[in-house]
Amino acid sequence: MELLIKLFSITVFASTLRIATPVILASLGGCMSERSGVINIGLEGMMLMGAFSAVVGSWFFGAWTGLLLGVLTGGLMGLLHAFMSVTLKANQIISATAINIMAVGLPNILIPVIWENHYGISPTVPVIADINLPLISSIPIIGDIIGHQNPIVYIALLLVPLISFLLFKTKLGLRIRAVGEHPLAADTLGINVYRMRYIAVTISGLLAGLGGAFLSIAYQSQFSSAMTAGRGFIGLAAMIFGRWSPKGALLACLLFGFADAFQASAQSAGVPIPPEIMLSFPYVLTLVALVGLFGKTALSPAANGKPYYKG
Amino acid sequence: MKKKFLYSTFIDNDSVFAFVKAILAVFFAFFVVYFILLATGYKPLPVFAALFKGAFGSRRGFGETLLSTTPLLLGGLGFAVAYRCGLFNIGLEGQITMGGIAAAFFGFIIPEINPVIHVSICIIAGIVAGGIWGFIPGYLKAKFGVHEVISVIMLNHIAFKIAAYLVSMQGPMKDKLDDMPASPFISGSAKIIRIMDRTRLHWGIFLAVGVAVLIWLLLFRMRLGYKIRAVGRNPFAAEASGISIKKHIVLTLAISGALGGLAGAVEILGVHYRLFAAFSPGYGFDAIAVALLGMVNPLGIIASAFLFGILRSGSVFMQAMYGVNKDMVSVITAIIVLFMGMSVPIGIMLKNRIKRNSNGTVD
Repeated sequence: MELLIKLFSITVFASTLRIATPVILASLGGCMSERSGVINIGLEGMMLMGAFSAVVGSWFFGAWTGLLLGVLTGGLMGLLHAFMSVTLKANQIISATAINIMAVGLPNILIPVIWENHYGISPTVPVIADINLPLISSIPIIGDIIGHQNPIVYIALLLVPLISFLLFKTKLGLRIRAVGEHPLAADTLGINVYRMRYIAVTISGLLAGLGGAFLSIAYQSQFSSAMTAGRGFIGLAAMIFGRWSPKGALLACLLFGFADAFQASAQSAGVPIPPEIMLSFPYVLTLVALVGLFGKTALSPAANGKPYYKG
Repeated sequence: MKKKFLYSTFIDNDSVFAFVKAILAVFFAFFVVYFILLATGYKPLPVFAALFKGAFGSRRGFGETLLSTTPLLLGGLGFAVAYRCGLFNIGLEGQITMGGIAAAFFGFIIPEINPVIHVSICIIAGIVAGGIWGFIPGYLKAKFGVHEVISVIMLNHIAFKIAAYLVSMQGPMKDKLDDMPASPFISGSAKIIRIMDRTRLHWGIFLAVGVAVLIWLLLFRMRLGYKIRAVGRNPFAAEASGISIKKHIVLTLAISGALGGLAGAVEILGVHYRLFAAFSPGYGFDAIAVALLGMVNPLGIIASAFLFGILRSGSVFMQAMYGVNKDMVSVITAIIVLFMGMSVPIGIMLKNRIKRNSNGTVD
């Protein structure tokens, strides 16, 4: 019983939110990109580049500039993916795989150039500090969970309804979804398919960059090689689980976040399961969650992954 | 006549085009890296010279080149088989890991026996383990519609964690007499014999080339290969002609994973002689570039695996000489992948232009 109380303490729920944040941002990026018909498995690499740029920015100019730089770098990677898959009509999985490979290598080259005698891991940099929400933090349990968090956690939570609104309630969102479902029909109605996809994939990159920046200058205070550890892919899985909708994805992300927070607290509570096995828990859960979708109508946007050739 | 046979069997216009594209991809990659090196304050040409000097300049260097070529070739074949079926197996790193685990286990648990039998047992164990790690995403895709790209990434991470656990302090495969997080060394009879003095090169390279020929035969001369390619080219047409898509997805990913498992087994039995976590330095990810640069053709992959072997072994020397991080190679890899990805559609665009010119319209 004592163990159970330890395992399900309030700190577990608070850290669930923190751990879920980068995954939420990745899954929002996935929603944007795939709703416009571009598969984006490059979210992982975009996050990683965002994380790296954020640390560089934070080192030279302070944490908030770092955040901005991380977001913009993610956007730039999104633009690259859009150029490859929309303009050049490259295979979207190959293009994104190249981004993922580059994002592992490039920081390792630049780290020793920027910081002498550092390899694969940056020095610690200024971070974005947690804040107290004035009123909410004084509410007993809820306050303990959401009252004292990082600003980016709040931003991510706010972005969920915002992206949902953008996609389903605005003209731009309607157009983005139209080119993802039936680009030819959208084209005949005068919608610029290429422009919509460029916008959507770039926003997707910006979101991934924000997720990466959160990892390196808020959740941790340094960059280390391949530090995203599959979170971009888990975000993508969450998006599928949430049927390509931000709100559904949020629930899946919280589930994964909880799995991770739970394993961390189980470890510190001394549950006799080897840490390596516990660490694989979120990945196993992702697989199980995807299998659990079987038989339900989990339809992706009709034109997802198909390049559009303007006549 | 003989020339014509050669032309129609091994070469056609598409592969000539693909070959030109591959050469361009390599040049373009070095071109971009040239400027990255300039921008980061290095002298590009001596750095490139060091890269090739490291790969060819010494007996040991050349041995290391062929040594890295071996897993890259096997992994590249693995990616290619899946790709021909329209599947993206970016989980080769995990399949290599599982193959290595299985080979190491049978390597040290069985005492000295006949070396041929022992090596065979270990290699088969590696193939089976990698095959299972490929079968799982295949089954999940066929039965539950789970996209293989996501499931193999999850399985990669799970495999890394399993390997790390097995050789951790409490791990069942940990060598209790050694402080290192590694398994005991394999028996002498499980080691693949080395073939070049003063190098680590072992006969696995011949095995890999032989497997490449086998996979070529499988893909282009056997019924199964035809079906695999049919599913990849046009699943609806394949289904209509009685080829089961699901069955071939599962089978292809299992074969693909088995090739990864073989690569892992050969790494353990020929190079490391024991299991430790992350024994593969990303061969499974390089395999993607190897396969694409090799035009997803087993014979082309032999050549591209050799090129990536050069990059791998040369980069160590390059880093020692000039301090350029050896991950520069992964940037070359990424650019090659990017280029191979985009130049296919460039070909389509060119063809469309030609069509437009002759007919006045584009279909």
